[in-house]
Amino acid sequence: MAECAIQVQNLRKEYPGRSGPVHAVNGIDLEIQRGECFGLLGPNGAGKTTTVEILEGLNRPTSGAVQVLGLEWGESDRAIRERIGVTLQETRFPDKETVREIVTLFRSFYSRGLDPMEVIARVALESKATAFVEQLSGGQQQRLAVAIALVGDPEIVFLDEPTTGLDPQSRRQLWDVIRDFRDRGRTVVLTTHYMDEAERLCDRVAIIDHGQIIALGSPAELIARMGGEHIVEFALDSADGSATPPTVESFLTLDSVLAARTEADGFALTVQAPHRAIPALLDELERGGRPLARLTTRHVSLEDVFVALTGRHLRDDENARDSPPPMKGRRRF
Amino acid sequence: MLESSPLFQLYLVRLRDFYRQPARVFWVYGFPTLMAITLGFAFRNRPPAPIQLDLVSAPGSGAIKAAFDAHNTRLRQSSSAADPIALTPPIDVALRDRDVAMRRLKTGKTPLVLEPGPNDSCSYHYDPTRPEASLARQTVDDVLQEAAGRSNPRPVRDVQVTEPGSRYIDFLIPGLIGLNSMGGGLWGVGFLLVNFRVAKLLKRFVATPMPRRDFLLALLGARLTFVLPDLAVLLALGVWMFGMPIRGSLALVVALEITGALAFAGIGLLVACRATTTEAVSGLMNLVMLPMWLLSGVFFSSERFPEALQPVIKALPLTQLVGGLRSVMLEGAGVVDVAPALAILVAWTVVTFTLALRFFRWS
Repeated sequence: MAECAIQVQNLRKEYPGRSGPVHAVNGIDLEIQRGECFGLLGPNGAGKTTTVEILEGLNRPTSGAVQVLGLEWGESDRAIRERIGVTLQETRFPDKETVREIVTLFRSFYSRGLDPMEVIARVALESKATAFVEQLSGGQQQRLAVAIALVGDPEIVFLDEPTTGLDPQSRRQLWDVIRDFRDRGRTVVLTTHYMDEAERLCDRVAIIDHGQIIALGSPAELIARMGGEHIVEFALDSADGSATPPTVESFLTLDSVLAARTEADGFALTVQAPHRAIPALLDELERGGRPLARLTTRHVSLEDVFVALTGRHLRDDENARDSPPPMKGRRRF
Repeated sequence: MLESSPLFQLYLVRLRDFYRQPARVFWVYGFPTLMAITLGFAFRNRPPAPIQLDLVSAPGSGAIKAAFDAHNTRLRQSSSAADPIALTPPIDVALRDRDVAMRRLKTGKTPLVLEPGPNDSCSYHYDPTRPEASLARQTVDDVLQEAAGRSNPRPVRDVQVTEPGSRYIDFLIPGLIGLNSMGGGLWGVGFLLVNFRVAKLLKRFVATPMPRRDFLLALLGARLTFVLPDLAVLLALGVWMFGMPIRGSLALVVALEITGALAFAGIGLLVACRATTTEAVSGLMNLVMLPMWLLSGVFFSSERFPEALQPVIKALPLTQLVGGLRSVMLEGAGVVDVAPALAILVAWTVVTFTLALRFFRWS
């Protein structure tokens, strides 16, 4: 059990593109330990899915070395597949099969594994065991996909954006299933573009952008690297008719402020001590005669880490990270 | 144990997927049955249909009409089927103004217009590319000439071939069996696979240790399972409803059908081996099926096509399946007679499977 669950060295994947090759994965090194829940974070198109599909043996790398449970794709495919479980984005199961029939079908592919009803119970679908797939909600279908990933009693499970497009309650139900699996000492590799999901589930995360890992560590470590632990967000009342809006730089000189950036309708300051920064900010605004439209404080999140690293938000279609995930997900059920 | 056999589980999925969708059951069993019944009745043997004739009102048209009336009366009075006149159709004659009659001819409401001329002459107006128009002209002319005193010096006798085995319905049922086999193979294998690919199920399957061979075998097993009831329905319909004979060995009929089903499953597999959208595969399948619908002699004999096309037509799997079925069922052909057909079907199976498996894309 000494070897890592997954080892990746200098992984590259190129696709032919219209203007030269596209580097979907551009030199990734990674070690994932057994028993950890590892998150791959990044915006759409960052290379998460390509990376994971290479780890799952569904895609071949252009170059680089991959070891899964000490085995290599191309040599021990069947042996690896017996020991991993997978959920893909957007798998649609046949409408007219029941939950139990699908789980039984996938169970038959593995030489050892769990009893279908036991897996169905683990994902809390017992009451739907005899329901057709077409009668399941989006969250239930996603839990079915996870059940199928677990039915071979895998040592590693790969979950590719398992909660995209789900309502908050369904997401929490899935998180419970994932935590339960990890608590059994198994390894989870999770891709997501939800920061809260990564913070809650993952022991370590790698932030991927443009096919490269730009930060790696536990969520707490990455947040600590920001220096401050708090974010002060505020907006100015634009109806006051004052000439020019203040520049971001003008806030950097304030007491305890480490970083400042503009948000959609205002500013966000990374601060070490809110009790020193906020009075200083209020004084500064008072002097300039700029009334506040709003002011909130919160803890630094992985999203802030991502924005600080890339200057972009994780999801281009959404700026406010406190709102629930959009229901118009890419997933179609 | 069956519970843990991937092959058996995959096979079960295919069966359930079929019988749980009544629409599919209808297309596979109901539709060809309805088609056979409809066409069977449309082409059943019956007395000749009356000939429609528009007679232009003119001097002399009265006498002409009287000739046809006399013909119709004779026809009604003849009771014996042996009387040659019983084979000629009645003539449904209507007197009309010239304009009206011509307009009816142009719009296809009547096949033939008869216009009396001077000195007992008359002219026929009709479109020679319409077979029923030429036939009407011939019959009307015979009646008219005989009424005017023409005699037929050579005695003739009509022997009609209407015994089972040589009627249109007997020709049609093997054609429909072949057509169904083609549709089932292409849609049941090709369309299904592309649907699975679109749903990312194929990719999900290969992410497991599932033996890929089992996946394919289950698909074929299910196809063969569906093909036999399909064959049985159409054969039963032909035998019991239309009295169609099965002169050769039933086992050989089944063997041909299974070989044909495999060839079409192979074509379905090949068509679907790389397509990533259902639109693409539908287009490809229609492209493959349409020439066979037209050329392979399902509804009418493929001998009608030009000589130059014959080698191509003969190479098509549907031509061979339908031809083989007809010769076994209607002519009582044996294994040796249909060996070339079987060989061509096997060749299609081998070639399509080899290519399809080589280029098959799972994701």
